[in-house]
Amino acid sequence: MRMQLLDKFLGSPHHPLLPAPTRLRTWSCPGRTCGDREGAGGVPHPTPSLCPPAAGTMEIVYVYVKKRSEFGKQCNFSDRQAELNIDIMPNPELAEQFVERNPVDTGIQCSISMSEHEANSERFEMETRGVNHVEGGWPKDVNPLELEQTIRFRKKVEKDENYVNAIMQLGSIMEHCIKQNNAIDIYEEYFNDEEAMEVMEEDPSAKTINVFRDPQEIKRAATHLSWHPDGNRKLAVAYSCLDFQRAPVGMSSDSYIWDLENPNKPELALKPSSPLVTLEFNPKDSHVLLGGCYNGQIACWDTRKGSLVAELSTIESSHRDPVYGTIWLQSKTGTECFSASTDGQVMWWDIRKMSEPTEVVILDITKKEQLENALGAISLEFESTLPTKFMVGTEQGIVISCNRKAKTSAEKIVCTFPGHHGPIYALQRNPFYPKNFLTVGDWTARIWSEDSRESSIMWTKYHMAYLTDAAWSPVRPTVFFTTRMDGTLDIWDFMFEQCDPTLSLKVCDEALFCLRVQDNGCLIACGSQLGTTTLLEVSPGLSTLQRNEKNVASSMFERETRREKILEARHREMRLKEKGKAEGRDEEQTDEELAVDLEALVSKAEEEFFDIIFAELKKKEADAIKLTPVPQQPSPEEDQVVEEGEEAAGEEGDEEVEEDLA
Amino acid sequence: MNEWTNTGREPDPLPSSLPGPTAPGLGEPQAEVEETLKRIQSHKGVIGTMVVNAEGIPIRTTLDNSTTVQYAGLLHHLTMKAKSTVRDIDPQNDLTFLRIRSKKHEIMVAPDKEYLLIVIQNPCE
Repeated sequence: MRMQLLDKFLGSPHHPLLPAPTRLRTWSCPGRTCGDREGAGGVPHPTPSLCPPAAGTMEIVYVYVKKRSEFGKQCNFSDRQAELNIDIMPNPELAEQFVERNPVDTGIQCSISMSEHEANSERFEMETRGVNHVEGGWPKDVNPLELEQTIRFRKKVEKDENYVNAIMQLGSIMEHCIKQNNAIDIYEEYFNDEEAMEVMEEDPSAKTINVFRDPQEIKRAATHLSWHPDGNRKLAVAYSCLDFQRAPVGMSSDSYIWDLENPNKPELALKPSSPLVTLEFNPKDSHVLLGGCYNGQIACWDTRKGSLVAELSTIESSHRDPVYGTIWLQSKTGTECFSASTDGQVMWWDIRKMSEPTEVVILDITKKEQLENALGAISLEFESTLPTKFMVGTEQGIVISCNRKAKTSAEKIVCTFPGHHGPIYALQRNPFYPKNFLTVGDWTARIWSEDSRESSIMWTKYHMAYLTDAAWSPVRPTVFFTTRMDGTLDIWDFMFEQCDPTLSLKVCDEALFCLRVQDNGCLIACGSQLGTTTLLEVSPGLSTLQRNEKNVASSMFERETRREKILEARHREMRLKEKGKAEGRDEEQTDEELAVDLEALVSKAEEEFFDIIFAELKKKEADAIKLTPVPQQPSPEEDQVVEEGEEAAGEEGDEEVEEDLA
Repeated sequence: MNEWTNTGREPDPLPSSLPGPTAPGLGEPQAEVEETLKRIQSHKGVIGTMVVNAEGIPIRTTLDNSTTVQYAGLLHHLTMKAKSTVRDIDPQNDLTFLRIRSKKHEIMVAPDKEYLLIVIQNPCE
């Protein structure tokens, strides 16, 4: 390494180029004194040297000495030759501390700086349209409508040699293929009948296939769904806002029919005068739809005629409250239907004459036909295999079973099934065992049997969210689906597991309001509060009939019904006994005194309860004292005993109170 | 054998183009063509036969006009597309036959430079 430093570049600002004879120049390096030489009186002989880098730094310092008297003197610049100040020879020993690298990869970037951005464009609206090929291609001189000219043209072509050759050749190829087709069917299904229903080992699962969003700006809840009766390729969804008087201004009252293949745009919009709460396809005629409006009217559409209402019931004779249930009846004409509403009436209609209902039944369970006493109906059930019976689920939590063919209106109401704490949002008979039906209300789903009128035979546990809708699977008698306010869809299979749903899916974040299963049992549509309808497909395990399933289901139902009957009988017995005792003792009690009696009874029960507890405690203490060795042990035992004692006393006390109230 | 067994539809709208005595020289090949087409039509399961030229004009058909026109237009495009696909993959290859099997029947298209022979057959199950 050679370094040649020139005086000029020494960087010291006070470079004294004075021809002073007493100039001394010394070079110094940090840390070491290099050879200084003082040239006295002569040309200074600087011996610059550079110490090898001690700490890896190379500092070259030029130090000079100046007399004090010469400070402040004017600078006189003069030129002089370049002088070699320092010459550092290469030190080969240093080279051994290094290893040569060949080649050396160095990245060189000499391009413009760019940045990457992503942008998502707005959804592109596409529409598929077909173009009909109208006859064309005819040469100019031939008019395609003129038969003569076309015949002439054709004859001309047929005489062409090319044509003949082509046809002969093509004909032979074609014949070969035709004969091939006739000889063997390559797509033949072998072993068609032998597909045994094997036990599905796979886990139950469901996946979302499609989502249909409400195209309106102001979102409404999807309150009812109906599948198209043939082929199930279409879905009718009713949209409305069920919050009382809180429907946003400008909310559209349209409901839509969606084609499953096209989730971007509904196939048909139905435009009633008031939003539809329920919507049903006519199972006999798939072009006709029945809708129940928010204002109590019933409306009827024919999809061939367009989106406007074909028939509308007159407002005076319609319901006074939103129509919550509309069902088509099985009739020869296919035009009969009935509807129910929270105003307490069930009305039968013929869509050919919508000016007034053909029949009205008031849901007064006291059988006095008082509209004031009537219970509001919130769900309606009709099974075509039992055409004279129908069931109504009320807002008060009671299911009313009715007979349409009863002679007097009072007799129409056959029996009631109390048990829910809140409105019964869904009511459906089991498609395989119509005697059993499923209801959903408050936070549970219950299965009932017509024979057991006091309580349901099977019920789910209380959920954290309100249940809004339920449906049986049309293929499997032990499977049913429920939807909840927290947007979860539960699939229950009580052949497999009775305490919990077999599958619980979070479909969306908002509440799910309605649910409808397609007839093949595979597809489920559920509608949410923001009008989003989700289409789900369940795994084949949940939609194929398992071996033995029908037997299991029927035996389960029977067993539970029997259990309930036994319990009912026992309750009745106990009540009769109590009544007998009560009648014997307090014959003079009037209704007012019964209230006072109640309090007395309660305090009496409490006293007894505490007496029992204290007695037990004292007994335990006495025992403990006798035993003495481990004074701590008795306390958990005591607590346990106390608890048991409490429970026992509590039960007794409660039972007593209950029976007197009954 | 009865020629019209399997169509059961309206008879051929075009009159038979058997040559009259005025054109004896072209009689033979024409007769062969006729015979070929009739034979094809008489095969088991064949619903319809048609010959369409490169411009989409139906030359011979055993189906009604509107159906023929529809088939002609649609299948022409499809055949062209299939042909170009085959040739794109291998330029030395060429489309010889196109068969479309659908739920209801099978459509067979034999392409040529200028003409298309289309046969719709119901494969026996």
